[in-house]
Amino acid sequence: MDNVAVERQVKGLSRESEYAQILCHLRRNRLAMAGLAVLAVFLLCALLAPVLTPYSPTTTNFARVLEAPSREHLLGTDELGRDVFARILYGSRISLAIGVISVGIGMLIGVPAGALSGFYGGKFDLFTQRIIDIMIAFPGILLAIVVVTVLGVGVENVMIATGIASIPIYTRLVRGSVLSVKKQGYVAAARALGIGNFRIIVRHVLPNCLGPIIVQSTFQFATAILWAAGLGFLGLGAQPPTPEWGAMLSKGREYIRVAHHLTTYPGLAILLMILGFNLLGDGLRDAMDPK
Amino acid sequence: MYGYIIRRILLAIPVLIGVSILVFSIVRFIPGDPARAIAGVHASPEYIENVRREMLLDEPIYVQYYVYMRNLLQGNLGRSTFSRRPVATELRERFPNTMRLAVAAMVIASIIGVGAGIVSATRRYSLFDNISMVGALIGVAAPVFWLGVMFQLLFSVRLGWLPSGGMGSLRFLILPSLTLGLATAALIARITRSSMLEVLRQDFITTARSKGLSERVVIYKHALKNALIPVVTVMGLQFGTLLGGAVLTETVFSWPGIGRLLVDSILARDYPVVQGAVLLLAVSFVLINLVVDVIYAFLDPRITYGSREVE
Repeated sequence: MDNVAVERQVKGLSRESEYAQILCHLRRNRLAMAGLAVLAVFLLCALLAPVLTPYSPTTTNFARVLEAPSREHLLGTDELGRDVFARILYGSRISLAIGVISVGIGMLIGVPAGALSGFYGGKFDLFTQRIIDIMIAFPGILLAIVVVTVLGVGVENVMIATGIASIPIYTRLVRGSVLSVKKQGYVAAARALGIGNFRIIVRHVLPNCLGPIIVQSTFQFATAILWAAGLGFLGLGAQPPTPEWGAMLSKGREYIRVAHHLTTYPGLAILLMILGFNLLGDGLRDAMDPK
Repeated sequence: MYGYIIRRILLAIPVLIGVSILVFSIVRFIPGDPARAIAGVHASPEYIENVRREMLLDEPIYVQYYVYMRNLLQGNLGRSTFSRRPVATELRERFPNTMRLAVAAMVIASIIGVGAGIVSATRRYSLFDNISMVGALIGVAAPVFWLGVMFQLLFSVRLGWLPSGGMGSLRFLILPSLTLGLATAALIARITRSSMLEVLRQDFITTARSKGLSERVVIYKHALKNALIPVVTVMGLQFGTLLGGAVLTETVFSWPGIGRLLVDSILARDYPVVQGAVLLLAVSFVLINLVVDVIYAFLDPRITYGSREVE
C-alpha cells in the first residue's frame, strides 16, 4: 500500500483517480466479476426472499415430508415438510448478517487496537501483541467454539464469537500497515505541522491502510460465514427452527439415505457464497496491487 | 541462529501461560456457580461443596489459578462430570486418534497439492492447469463438514466402498483424512504453482537449461527444491488449521478424537473435559508452530534472525 501511496504522490494522482483505477482493474477481472455476481444474487435472495417463494421457512406440513425436488418444491421438502428452497433463501439472510456483524466486531476492536499498537509501539504494543498471540494460539474455529461455550448457543452468540475470533486478524494487519505507513514523509510532515496523534492516525495513517483492510474483510466475510456454519453443524450455533445452512445440513444428515437434498443444497449454498467472497477478494487484492 | 531458537522458545512460554489463564477462566465466565459447572448438573450438594473446596473458590483468584496450575503441571486435569474418569486419561486415549487423522490429512494434502501444483506450473494454462486451479478454488470454499457428508453419500451409501464412520483398519481412515486434507491440498496446490512459476523465471534455471540438463532434472532437482520453501511454511501453518478442522471432521465420521470429545462435552456441559480438550488442542498448536519455526530456521539460511526489525 505504501508503494501505491508513493506512486500517487509521484504521479500527482488524487485519491479519487486511484479508486477509479482500482475499479477499472477490478472490472476487467472476469473471475472477480463472477464472484461479485454470485454475491449480488445472494443479496437479492436475502432481500427478496418473501417475493421469490410463497413458502415460509418455518411452516411445517406433515402431509409432505422428505419430498424430492419437484416443480412445486424446487429443492424438495425436509423432515417436517418445510420447503428447502425457502429455507435456503431465508438462510442467506442469516449468513450475510453473520458476515456483516462478525466483520464489524472484528474491525471495531481489531483496527483501533492494531493502529494504536503500531503507532505508539512500546509497552502498549507489547501488551496487545501478547494478547493477540494468545488468541491465535487457538487454531481456526476453536476460539469461536471457546467463546460459544461461555456465552451459550444461538445465532447472536455465534456472531459475537466469530467476531471475537476475527479480531487478531485485523489487529495484525493494521499494525503491520501502520508500521510501514508511519515511516512515510507525510506523517512526519503532519507531525511537524503540530497535528495531534489522534488526528494523524484517523486522517493520514488509517486511510492509507484501507486497501489491505478491505481485501482482508472480503476474505474474513467468507471465513466468518464458514465458522458460523461449522458451529451450526456442530449444534453449537443457530438452533431449530432457524433456517441456518450449517444447522440444516446437520439435521439433514439423519436422512442422507432417503433424502440427500437436505444436505446437498445447503452445503452448495455455503460453497457458492464462500466462493463469491474469495473470488472478489482475490480480484480486489490484484486490483490494489497490480504487478 | 541458536539465539533465535532460544528466543522463539522463550516467547512461547507467555503464550502458553496465557492459554492456561484463558482455559482456567472458561468455567468462571459461565453464568452461574463454577463449582456446579465443574461438578456437573446432577451432582449432589455434598459433591459440589467438595469441588468448591478443591477449587478454593472462596480464596482470591490468583490462589485459585496457582492451585489450578500446580494440578495441571502434575497432570491432574480434574474428572469428567459424566464418566467420572480423570480428564487426563480421556485425553490420552483420544489424542493419538486426532494426530493420526491430522497427519494422514497432511500427507494426502501434500501429495495432491504439491503434485497438482508442479504439473500446473509446468503446463501453465493447459487443460490440467485450468481444471486443477478451479478445483483448488472450490476446495478452499467447500465447507469441510459438507464435503465429508458428500463423500459418505458417494463412497459409503451409494457405492458401498468405504465405511461411513468409526475407527478401525486403514480403510476407516481414508474418507476422514481425505475430507480434512482437501482444503489444505487446494491451498498447497495454489502456493506450489505460484512459487514454482516464480522460481522457473529465475536465472539459475535458464543456466541449468542452457547446460543441456533435461527438463526433468531442471524441474525436480533445481526448481522444486527452491520452490518448496514457501510450501513448507504453509504446511506448518496449515497443521493447526487441520487440528481445528478435525473438530468438524471427527463429528462427521464419528472419529473418536479430541475434537469430537470437545463437542460432545460442550453439549453435555462436561466442563472439566471441555477445559482439558481446549487446552490440549491449543498447546499442541503452539508447540507445532514452534517446531515448524525451528525446522524452518535450519532449512532456510537466508532468513536473518538477529534483529527484531524483521517483525
